Amino acid sequence: MQVSINVNGEQRSHEVEDRTLLVQYLRDDCGLTGTNIGCDTTSCGACTVLLDGESVKSCTVLAAQADGHQVTTIEGLADGDELHPMQRAFQRKHGLQCGFCTPGMVMASVSLIEENPNPTEAEVRAGLEGNLCRCTGYHNIVEAVLSAAEEKQGAAE
Amino acid sequence: MIPAAFTYKKAGSVEEALSLLAEHGDDAKLLAGGHSLLPLMKLRLAVPEVLIDLGGLHELSYVREDGDEIRIGALTRHHDLEHSELLAREVPLLAHAAGTIGDPQVRHRGTIGGSLVHGDPASDLPAVALALDAVLVAQGPSGRREIPATEFFTDFFETALGEDELLVEIRVAKNPAQGWDFQKFTKRAIDWAVVGVAVAGDRVALVNMGPAPMRARGVEEALASGASPAEAAERAAEDTSPPDQASATADYRKHLAKVLVRRALEAAAARRA
Repeated sequence: MQVSINVNGEQRSHEVEDRTLLVQYLRDDCGLTGTNIGCDTTSCGACTVLLDGESVKSCTVLAAQADGHQVTTIEGLADGDELHPMQRAFQRKHGLQCGFCTPGMVMASVSLIEENPNPTEAEVRAGLEGNLCRCTGYHNIVEAVLSAAEEKQGAAE
Repeated sequence: MIPAAFTYKKAGSVEEALSLLAEHGDDAKLLAGGHSLLPLMKLRLAVPEVLIDLGGLHELSYVREDGDEIRIGALTRHHDLEHSELLAREVPLLAHAAGTIGDPQVRHRGTIGGSLVHGDPASDLPAVALALDAVLVAQGPSGRREIPATEFFTDFFETALGEDELLVEIRVAKNPAQGWDFQKFTKRAIDWAVVGVAVAGDRVALVNMGPAPMRARGVEEALASGASPAEAAERAAEDTSPPDQASATADYRKHLAKVLVRRALEAAAARRA
């Protein structure tokens, strides 16, 4: 089937098998390998992308279901060389070690503060329940999200 | 993991979904949010030849007030239940329980109708629907019919929904004055409940305590005859047959059900007071 998806602001059209998963489509057809495949079972969140602005696990969405919609991947956050505030916050607070979960963490965090611009630490932890990190112990990830939220609040005032 | 090959069809209306269902019968499965079905398809435990996507049927996504009832479209996502001010006010149990399903990503996709129709005894919303005495509205070739939640869940992943029918709406009575609570014990936040309990007024329903989602009739009887929460909770394991697994044995689940029912009844009583 033919799918037409706006990926990171660019309209893309591909012929895919009906059973193609969104994560396969992004990696194999679009060449956007920033979205990682971790568990492949809707558990770990490594493949998190934004579908119409909301976080989803792209291993559990068909490319066909995204047909006609907008997808944002980690590659779509930065503006040229200018990192997205959430990416900068992860860098500033050292919210990563091996980096495998990071694209999914960042995308889930962008969605989180979009829905809740001023979260408490507990809300950040609950909001990232769908993303597993095996290195950091989460502490600096939570710090990064709180820092990004604070920066965004400051900019809005 | 990749699902077995299938033909994807997108339904543009309820009528089109029903006619595709009539055309393909047993070979077809309906796709809502896909968060129960797609994982099964990736494991090849479900191998439909045709997938009928209901994702475009926005007319089935709503939470509406109608007299003493709240009507919920079957394609309303968990995220929208969780954040509905109307539900928070009128059916807080449902808004709260929806907010505990899976994780934010899952709640952005999963729908109430998909969860109920899947009929998984380990899912949260079937027990919530039972505790709320919800009415499920099915639409088929000959029109609509109402199925009480108590008659909907018939067996392991089996429901009273006909093969040619689509669940279109869930109706629940407004119940803000009743005590309510939802308890769920999980090993990780995103796991299925080892055991869960939904309480709405004098109705109590259990998650993962048998082949189908069920009401805890023994507990309800005890409450009706004036038992305290602690006394009534002692009957939580009556007539249950929970799964017996290395991760959680049947005996463990029976014990847990008593503990969680007591906690839920006490929390519900505190809310009522």
